Amino acid sequence: MKSITLAVNGTERKLDVEPRTLLVHALRDELRLTGTNIGCDSSSCGACTVLVDGQSAKACTMFAVQAEGTSITTIEGISGAEGAGLHPMQQAFHEHHALQCGYCTPGMVMAAISLVEEYPELDDRGVRHGLEGNLCRCTGYQNIVNAVLACAGAKEEQS
Amino acid sequence: MNTTMTETEEAATTSYTHIGKARLRREDPALLTGEARFIDDLTLPAELWLGIVRSTEAHAKILGVDGRAALEIEGVSEVLSGADLAPLWGESALPCAWPVTDDMANPPHLPVATSVAKYVGDAVAVVLATSRYAAADGAAAVLVDYEQLPAVTDIESALATDAPLVHESLGTNKSYTWPLIPNPEAVDEAFANAAHTISERYVQQRLIPAPMEPRGVLASPGVANGELTLYSATQVPHILKVMTAVTLGIPEHKIRVVAPSVGGGFGCKLNVYAEEILCSALAMDRGVPVRWTEGRSEAATATIQGRGQVQHIELAADTDGKVTAVRVKLLADMGAYLQLVTPGVPLLGGFLYHGCYDIPNYSFECTSVFTNKTPTDAYRGAGRPEATYAIERAMDSLAIAVGVTPEEIRSRNFIAADAFPYESSAGLVFDSGDYQTVLDKAVAMANLDTVRTEQTKRRADKSNKLLGIGFSSYVEMCGLAPSRVLASLNYGAGGWEAATVRVLPTAKVQVITGSTPHGQGHETSWSMIVADKLGIDPDDIEVLHSDTAISPTGLDTYGSRSLSVGGTAVFMATDKVLDKARLIAAHQLEANEGDLEYVDGSFNVKGTPTAAVPFAAIAFAAFTAHDLPDGMEPNLEAHVTYDPPNFTFPNGTHIAIVEVDTQTGDVAIVDYVAVDDCGNQINPLIVEGQIHGGVLQGAAQALYEDAVYSEDGQIVTVNLGDYLVPSAAEAPTYRLASHVTPSPTNPMGVKGVGEAGTIAAAPAVINAVVDALRPLGVTDMAMPASPQTVWNTINNVNNEAPGGAS
Ligand code: FES
Ligand code: FES
Repeated sequence: MKSITLAVNGTERKLDVEPRTLLVHALRDELRLTGTNIGCDSSSCGACTVLVDGQSAKACTMFAVQAEGTSITTIEGISGAEGAGLHPMQQAFHEHHALQCGYCTPGMVMAAISLVEEYPELDDRGVRHGLEGNLCRCTGYQNIVNAVLACAGAKEEQS
Repeated sequence: MNTTMTETEEAATTSYTHIGKARLRREDPALLTGEARFIDDLTLPAELWLGIVRSTEAHAKILGVDGRAALEIEGVSEVLSGADLAPLWGESALPCAWPVTDDMANPPHLPVATSVAKYVGDAVAVVLATSRYAAADGAAAVLVDYEQLPAVTDIESALATDAPLVHESLGTNKSYTWPLIPNPEAVDEAFANAAHTISERYVQQRLIPAPMEPRGVLASPGVANGELTLYSATQVPHILKVMTAVTLGIPEHKIRVVAPSVGGGFGCKLNVYAEEILCSALAMDRGVPVRWTEGRSEAATATIQGRGQVQHIELAADTDGKVTAVRVKLLADMGAYLQLVTPGVPLLGGFLYHGCYDIPNYSFECTSVFTNKTPTDAYRGAGRPEATYAIERAMDSLAIAVGVTPEEIRSRNFIAADAFPYESSAGLVFDSGDYQTVLDKAVAMANLDTVRTEQTKRRADKSNKLLGIGFSSYVEMCGLAPSRVLASLNYGAGGWEAATVRVLPTAKVQVITGSTPHGQGHETSWSMIVADKLGIDPDDIEVLHSDTAISPTGLDTYGSRSLSVGGTAVFMATDKVLDKARLIAAHQLEANEGDLEYVDGSFNVKGTPTAAVPFAAIAFAAFTAHDLPDGMEPNLEAHVTYDPPNFTFPNGTHIAIVEVDTQTGDVAIVDYVAVDDCGNQINPLIVEGQIHGGVLQGAAQALYEDAVYSEDGQIVTVNLGDYLVPSAAEAPTYRLASHVTPSPTNPMGVKGVGEAGTIAAAPAVINAVVDALRPLGVTDMAMPASPQTVWNTINNVNNEAPGGAS
C-alpha cells in the first residue's frame, strides 16, 4: 500500500492504494465518486475521462499513485454547489438531447470541456476529431457535436 | 426535425399540449451529474466478488481445474469448478424461452461447464474474493487442463457429414429447420414464368452489441426469509424474475429484481445469463451478497452476439421488374447454446423478406446450426435488419437487370397506399403506410439530380473518388406482440404490457410501467401522455419502473415495443382513472356523468363551465372517501394489462451517399437522408435521437464492425481497439424527416422507432458502395466494407466472371 494525497473536486484527499490501483478505481471504489464510468479495458472508450490539472485524461490509463499531488476534477465537481445549476456543457448536452443511456456522458462532458478550453474556435470536424477517443453507442454523435459547438459558441460570445 | 403531418395526424394531436412536441428529458440531470446509479456503482456490506475463469479453447474436454495458486492470493476465498457448482442448480439449465419447432435441438446449457467447454469464453470455473482486483487475480491464477477437440466455426460446413459435432449427443449440428412457405407450387410457377430472376448470397457477419456499459450483477440474499434481491444491468427485470425462480427453484414471490440505471442494451441485455444465475445461486447458498462486473474484453465472448447468417435470396420478376415471388434460404448461426430467444431471432425477419413490396408469392426457410462460438441472440433489429438487407440488396440487382433506377424499381413494387390494411403473402396484416410518398420525400431531400450529375462527372473524369447512391426502403414489425401470435410461434410468454396510474391525495400522479427503459426516455414520454390526458403538468407525474417490487407486472423493453404496447397501457390506464374521476365529479355536481366534459383539468357540466370540479378536488375526495358514490372503492388508480391486437409496421426510405476512394478502399458517408414513418410521435426529440443512433449502428455493420474469429474458434476482436465501434469522427451527419400514417392498431396511432435506423442503414450504405463501384465491374460488397475489403474487391474484380453477385 502507498499513501497518496491529491485534490479531488477542490478537496484534499488522502488515500492508501496498491501501487497498481488505477486512478479510476481509486475514484470509484475508494472515494465513491461513481459518476466516472468504466467502459473498456483497453483505453479505448473514454467513459472514464476526468480532468487532471485541468487537462482531460482517461482515468483508466493512470495509476492512482501517478496522481499524487495533482488536482482532479470529476463529473461530480463541475456543476454548481449542491447541484445548483448544471455546468454550461452539461446544460448544452441536456438542451441538445446529447445523451440517451447516459453511460458515456460524464466522460464525454469532461472531454468536451477540455476540448473547448483548449481550442476555442472549433468547427464540426474539430469537435468530431477532438472527441474521437470517447465512444457513444446511443446517440450517433450528431447531437453531442451540436451541444459542444453550442457551448463553445456561447463561450466565444462571452469572451 | 422537418415533420410533415397528414390531416388525420394533425387532428389526432392538435388537442394535445405536450404530445407531439419536443420536450427535454427529465432523465438527463441525474445522468449528466454522475448521480445516476449504474450496476457497478452499487455496493453492499460484506459483498463478495465473483471472478469467472473462461475457456481459452473453442472446444475442449475439461480434464481438471487447479485452484491452488489462486487460493494463495490474498482475498480469494474459494475456487469452484463446474462440477463443484452443479448441486446449486442440479439439472436446471439456462432458459431458452423460444422452442421454435417441436423437434428443435436444445442441449442443456449449464451456467458453468462441467466436462466440455464449447466456446472461447464458456465459463469453466469461478472464484469468490473480497475485492474486484482479487477476483480478477484469482480467476487468472486458476489452471485448467484441457484436451482440445476439433471445433466447428463455419456455418456453411457445419452440416457436412464429416463436420465435428458441437454437441456429440445430438448426432448433428442442426438445431432446427423452420419453413414458411404458404404455397410452394405458386412460388415454383412464378420462378418458371419469370422474365428476370435474381439469385444472390449475402453474409451477415457476427456483431458484438457493445453497449457502453458492460453487464453486471449484484445478488443480495435475505437469509432469514429466503429472499433474493437481484440487481442486474438487464433490459428485462420481469422476465429475469420469472426465469430465476424457475431455474433455481426460488419461490417467485421471494425474488425482487431491480434494473438500476442501465447503460444501453440493444438487445444483448434481453437475456438470462449465466452470471445472473451464478451470483444468485452463490448468494443464496453462502448467505452474502455476490457481485460481478463484466470487463469489456470479457464481454466479447460472455455476452451474446448479433446476426451471424448466410442468406440466399432469389427474386422472380416480370419484364417490367414487378416482383412475383421471393424465395429465401437462410442459414443461421446459433453459437454453442441457445440463449433466451436465440432460435427465434432469424424468424423475426422470416416474415419480412418481401420488404415493403407487394410480392404475392413467398418462400422462407431457416436452418439453424450450432457452432463453437458465443451464442447469438437479439441485437438491435433482431432478424429484421437481416431481412431488409437481403431484399434491398436484391432489389438493386433487379433494377440493374431491368435497366431502371433503384427508386423506380421500388416504386413499381411498393405496397400501394390504398392497400392498407394489407395482408402480406407471409401472413401478416400491415397496419398503415404510404411508402411512395416517403420515398419521394427522401429523393427530394437527397438532391439526387445534383448528386447524379457529379457522380457521372467523376466517372467520366476517371476520378479515384467515386460517388455512390444507396437506397433502402424498409418496413419492420414492431410492438411485440399479440400473445396469441406468439403462441402460434411457440414463444414461451405473452406480449402484453402492464401499467398503473395512481393519483395521490395531493393530485400528484405515479405512473408504474412494465416497460424498462435503458436510454429511451420513457419517464419523459410517459409523463407527457398522462399529463395531456389529465390536463396536468408533466412535472406532477412520476414514472416508476424497473423494480419488480414497485412494478410487479411487465414484459420489459425490446423489439421497439415500449411505446406501442407499454405506452398504450399507460394511455388506457389513464382513461380508466378519468372514467372513475368522472363518476366522482358527477356525484359532486349531482349531474349525469354523460353530461360532463373534462377541460383543462376540470370536470364541468357541458355548457356551464363555472361550476367545475378540478382534478385536485377529485383526487382529495377519493382519498378522504367522505362522499363517494355508493359502493365506490376509495382510491383513484387504475391498472391495465394491454395485449396488442396486431404488430405495428414502422417504415421508411433511407438514402446514403458515399464517396469511395478507389486507391485506398476508404468509404466516407458524405450525406445520409432518412425519412421514417413511425406513426404519431410523442416526443420528436427522442424519435430523432433513436434514428441517429440506430442509423450509426446499422452503418457500422456496413463499414466497420465484425466479430472476427480464427478458423479454430479464437476471437480476434476482443476489445474496442479491435472491434470498431465508430466514433464521432466516422459518424455522418444525418438529415431526417418524417411522414406520419397513424397506426390503427392502438389508440395513439404510434408504431415504435427503436430499431428503425439500424434496420434501414446497412443496405443503404452497401448499396451506395456498390453503386459507386459498378463502373469498375463491382456487383457485390461484403460487410464490413473496410478499406481492405473494398480495395481487394476492386482489384479482384477482373478475375471474376462479370455480371453476378452469386
Ligand atoms: S474505461 Fe477508460 S478508456 Fe475505457
Ligand atoms: S448515451 Fe448511451 S453510450 Fe452515449
